[in-house]
Amino acid sequence: MTALLSIRDLTVTYRRDGSEVAALKHVSLDVAAGERFAIIGESGSGKSTLALAIAGLLPGSSKVGGSIEWKLPNLRLPHSFAPPSVLPDMSGRTEGGATERRPSAIATSHMPLGGRDIGFVFQDPSASLDPVMAIGEQIAEVARTHLGLTWSQSYAKAKSLLERVRLPDPDAALRAYPHQLSGGQKQRVAIAAAIAAGPKLLIADEATSALDTIVQAEIVALIRQLVAEDGMTLLFVSHDIALAAELAERIAVFRHGELVELGATAQIIASPRHAYTRALLDAHLGLDAEPLLRQAGATR
Amino acid sequence: MSSPLLAVSGLTKRYRRGGKTIAAVDDISFHIEPGETLALAGPSGSGKSTIARLVLRLIEPDAGHIEFEGGDFLSLNGAALRARRARLQMVFQDPLAAFNPRAMVARVLDDPLRTHGVASRPERTRRIAALLERVGLSADLAARAIHEVSGGQRQRIAIARAIATKPSLIVLDEAVSALDVSVRRQILQLLLDLQRQERIAYLFISHDLGVISAIAHRVVILDAGRVAESGNARAVIGAPQSAIGKALVAAAPKLNRTSQGAADRQ
Repeated sequence: MTALLSIRDLTVTYRRDGSEVAALKHVSLDVAAGERFAIIGESGSGKSTLALAIAGLLPGSSKVGGSIEWKLPNLRLPHSFAPPSVLPDMSGRTEGGATERRPSAIATSHMPLGGRDIGFVFQDPSASLDPVMAIGEQIAEVARTHLGLTWSQSYAKAKSLLERVRLPDPDAALRAYPHQLSGGQKQRVAIAAAIAAGPKLLIADEATSALDTIVQAEIVALIRQLVAEDGMTLLFVSHDIALAAELAERIAVFRHGELVELGATAQIIASPRHAYTRALLDAHLGLDAEPLLRQAGATR
Repeated sequence: MSSPLLAVSGLTKRYRRGGKTIAAVDDISFHIEPGETLALAGPSGSGKSTIARLVLRLIEPDAGHIEFEGGDFLSLNGAALRARRARLQMVFQDPLAAFNPRAMVARVLDDPLRTHGVASRPERTRRIAALLERVGLSADLAARAIHEVSGGQRQRIAIARAIATKPSLIVLDEAVSALDVSVRRQILQLLLDLQRQERIAYLFISHDLGVISAIAHRVVILDAGRVAESGNARAVIGAPQSAIGKALVAAAPKLNRTSQGAADRQ
């Protein structure tokens, strides 16, 4: 397998209430180009921190050790063809305070650019969309910024993306504002914006957790299709091991900032090696699970 | 069984939206027996949470009747309503939103005791410690602030508050949806233990059929404000008859722990 990125000994520490909390501890793993890779864990496992670290979106106040090495064979240059070294250095910016997200200081090779090489879909689409900007513009902006298209080209691209994410009426949606859409429709728009620049890597961080089961299944099917059509690598971050197993080829299980177990989906599900992975699988309440009601002896 | 604990009939709630009138809850009827768990399932917008709010009388219906503990619940007001509300409690999805985050745990549990007439302060302090132990928490937690405790502990505190007034029915609206799976199982177990010991009935609202089939006796599946189907939870989820029931079952993530290559089926 060809690695898209190699993470070695990655440690991320946040300052909280004056003390340092390690959100990730000495994590090493490779993500292969073109694979669907799931990161699962409960709250505090470090799964979102890992996703943010890969995307270069860690808060400026975090301390990072280790490396993320990118192996992008044909990492596209920005449309202006400026070498990366003259990209604006934002690390010295002070406005916004310590919590402002900026490209982190992780040692990386051929640092990819968020939005262009990496698309990111968050849990809450309302928080990632601008509430007072028409949806068409929000998607077109990504295409214009990263692909060097004109506004009219970008707008046409936005419309075709809305068709690809199967929004019911793409023409009307272009002019709509986020509050006019349902949660599932907003997440489709957020996905359209995330893939607008044709990223190599799509990161979905709990992207379906706020949606009901039926919409969740539709969004997962959409992500699966888009990733296959565009040859993207998928990083699927979730608390739901059953959902991850339906989508991913490999699963990495995290707990308390540590990588507990990593393997092919079938192996993780059918023969987990780590007790914690087994506990997670046992805690899953499937439709065919033994009812707790009956276990409690409270049958009626 | 004699008369049901809660009997809802013809319940209807309409909203105006963009000049049109939409029935969020449209002629819904169901009943709950003492000590029984009835689940309401359905996609977003099916009316689950509106029913919860109607039953709790946080909003008033446009039509229909609610009978609770043998009396007309909708006609109650003032002191009579307050007194009856002690028997009908609620737990929501996000306890952090339900509580003042800066409040002490003791204060959160003291409120219902005081409101519903447990008079003396020493007696209330004793009851608070007992409530915390009842839900599997240390009595020491009483001195902590709500925002300082974990999500699972917070939901236990929400349950402790709900049982403080010795209710016969608790409405749980997505009460375990935001919890980690390992914590979720413990909370479900706690709910079952309380039900068995105190004979509390639950109106359990969830979009998760796995959770429902684990703890509910019966289920009502809702679609666009109407009842799509209802019956024994295991039977309905095992062989749904309605289109929405089938869609919900099909969409539930399934963990096949024996087969190979679950991810390879495209």
